[in-house]
Amino acid sequence: MSIEVRKISKTFGRFTALKDVSLTVHTGELVALLGPSGSGKTTLLRIIAGLEQPDPGSGPILFQDEDVARRGVGARQVGFVFQHYALFRHMTVLENVAFGLRVRPRRQRPPKSLIRDRVQRLLQLVQLETFAHRYPNQLSGGQRQRVALARALAIEPKVLLLDEPFGALDAKVRKELRQWLRRLHDEIHVTSVFVTHDQDEALELADRVVVMDQGRVEQIGTPDEVFHSPATEFVTTFLGQVNFFHGRVERGKLYFATLAWESPEHAGLPSQPVRVFVRPHDFEVDTHRNGAPSFKATVCRVHSAGPNARLELLAESGEQLSVELPLERYRAQGITPGSQVYVSPRDIKVFTGDEHDAPAAQTEPVEHQARAQA
Amino acid sequence: MSEAVLIPTTPMARPRSDAAISEPAVVRWALVAVAMLFLGLFLVLPLVAVFVQALEKGVGLYLKSLVDRDALAAVRLTLLTALVVVPLNTVFGVAAAWAIAKFEFTGKQVLTTLVDLPFSISPVIAGLVFVLLFGRDGWLGPWLEARDLKVLFAVPGIVLATLFVTFPFVARELIPLMQAQGAEEEEAARALGAGGWQTFRRVTLPNVKWGLLYGVILCNGRAMGEFGAVSVVSGHIRGQTNTMPLHVEILYNEYNLVAAFAVASLLAMLALVTLVLKSVLQWKVARQLALAADGPAGGRKP
Repeated sequence: MSIEVRKISKTFGRFTALKDVSLTVHTGELVALLGPSGSGKTTLLRIIAGLEQPDPGSGPILFQDEDVARRGVGARQVGFVFQHYALFRHMTVLENVAFGLRVRPRRQRPPKSLIRDRVQRLLQLVQLETFAHRYPNQLSGGQRQRVALARALAIEPKVLLLDEPFGALDAKVRKELRQWLRRLHDEIHVTSVFVTHDQDEALELADRVVVMDQGRVEQIGTPDEVFHSPATEFVTTFLGQVNFFHGRVERGKLYFATLAWESPEHAGLPSQPVRVFVRPHDFEVDTHRNGAPSFKATVCRVHSAGPNARLELLAESGEQLSVELPLERYRAQGITPGSQVYVSPRDIKVFTGDEHDAPAAQTEPVEHQARAQA
Repeated sequence: MSEAVLIPTTPMARPRSDAAISEPAVVRWALVAVAMLFLGLFLVLPLVAVFVQALEKGVGLYLKSLVDRDALAAVRLTLLTALVVVPLNTVFGVAAAWAIAKFEFTGKQVLTTLVDLPFSISPVIAGLVFVLLFGRDGWLGPWLEARDLKVLFAVPGIVLATLFVTFPFVARELIPLMQAQGAEEEEAARALGAGGWQTFRRVTLPNVKWGLLYGVILCNGRAMGEFGAVSVVSGHIRGQTNTMPLHVEILYNEYNLVAAFAVASLLAMLALVTLVLKSVLQWKVARQLALAADGPAGGRKP
């Protein structure tokens, strides 16, 4: 069951939560809505579910070519998992999971024995068979969320919608549950959309990631695409760590830090300031000039406890940088705090135009792919 | 107990026994003694006095005062009033609380304030309002008279006045409970295909049942004991429009002390039963609130 929404807008009073959002989720896909709080991701999920109504004038909400925009949440057959579980506190685990089946009109209600079997199977699926007669407040957070998932799956939903499903859990449980959910999805293949503000969660779990900011979709792509080829400045800064430079393009050359890059991509542009972004692992660090364009920097601190060494550098031009390089390379070079190093970027992202006022289309990134290192 | 009950989410509200932050034993005992003395003087003693007075001339006369025709009529009227008022106010209260706690709508603030109105004005004024409305010279008086309907100085007036005075009890009890529980469980129920009524009956109602019962008990206590508003609209017709509190006053004014205190003792017993039920329910409500805090429903997005 695919999901498609077109031109969805939503305002709460004077606050614009969503602005002309369009999105397609293919059958069997696991898609993440990723963004900071207030980006509209939860609102979009609730609109897909039918828990919230889009503004009049919004486009259709299609479940497999069928417009469900006018249907209530109950008629859409969605499985919805809430951030705070929303388990029925006065019912046992078993009663919670069976709820969706028991409230059906008599003609559509499965017989009792069948309900019991299905609940039993679902509890097996979420590994909680032995907890059937417990109450929600006797379970841990991770167990509660698994009950909520089983409850949502009990009605055999066409799509599964999860609102920050791991948001209320502690880091370790969150990580375990994340991998467990991925395995579960691979097993049952129900079209799923989940909301998160945790980029690791989105990048690790999802087939595709929808990055949102201020009620707009900034980019839709595979985790690899959004991480390595961010379409907008927001996506660049939101995903992963990034170093920022004020730069300038002038007659086909790009100037930042104390570097001058050949930049034929910008040859046509009038002379103007630009913003340059480099990820920590996209720097090469050497103790002497190696022929690649580089700038000088001083090592301030070194964190070497981990698979990569993280260096904090102070560039000659005054910027503070964070650089990551493999531990063995760092060791081989004998870098210590206080040493002078030469830093050469391998891959940079350049954005022109105004930071936020300009529509996304105008701030076009220009890829500078890795150049051969000597 | 009630302090801990009202703010169950704040662990600070729990009494601490750490010596470091505790007062010296003398101070503690003195405080307890003062509180006990006050309670004894102003609450227990009067209560005892009611029963002592009622039984002063022996059990026989006590029972005789209770089975007196007018006394029985007063008891009957009081029970009838409560029987009509309590269910109605339960329904109104649940509806108002549900609307206020679970939905956003224009005029919500006004409704919240209006729910408290009967508490904030004197019951006598409440009674007078009904006189103004239904009295011979009132707005609806002539219309009612033309159709030979008696509201004022009759049972309907008493029921209306009591209805008005006891309206807030159920709603006031439910609103904070429902607000603490949020609307997420209802949303979950709707998403699972439950209809509005199913959601209410299977999710909302069980979640607030103890709070609801508590409100009903309080509402009932007040409905049976209300004096001011009922006094204005009743007309004090013996055997017809006298409720128990009004009957007590009449007997008292006639210096029939034994009979007055005998009927009063019934009301006092009702109060005691209400108090015990209230304590039990308060404990249950505190647990329900604690559960609500345990699994916070989380605020909705703006």
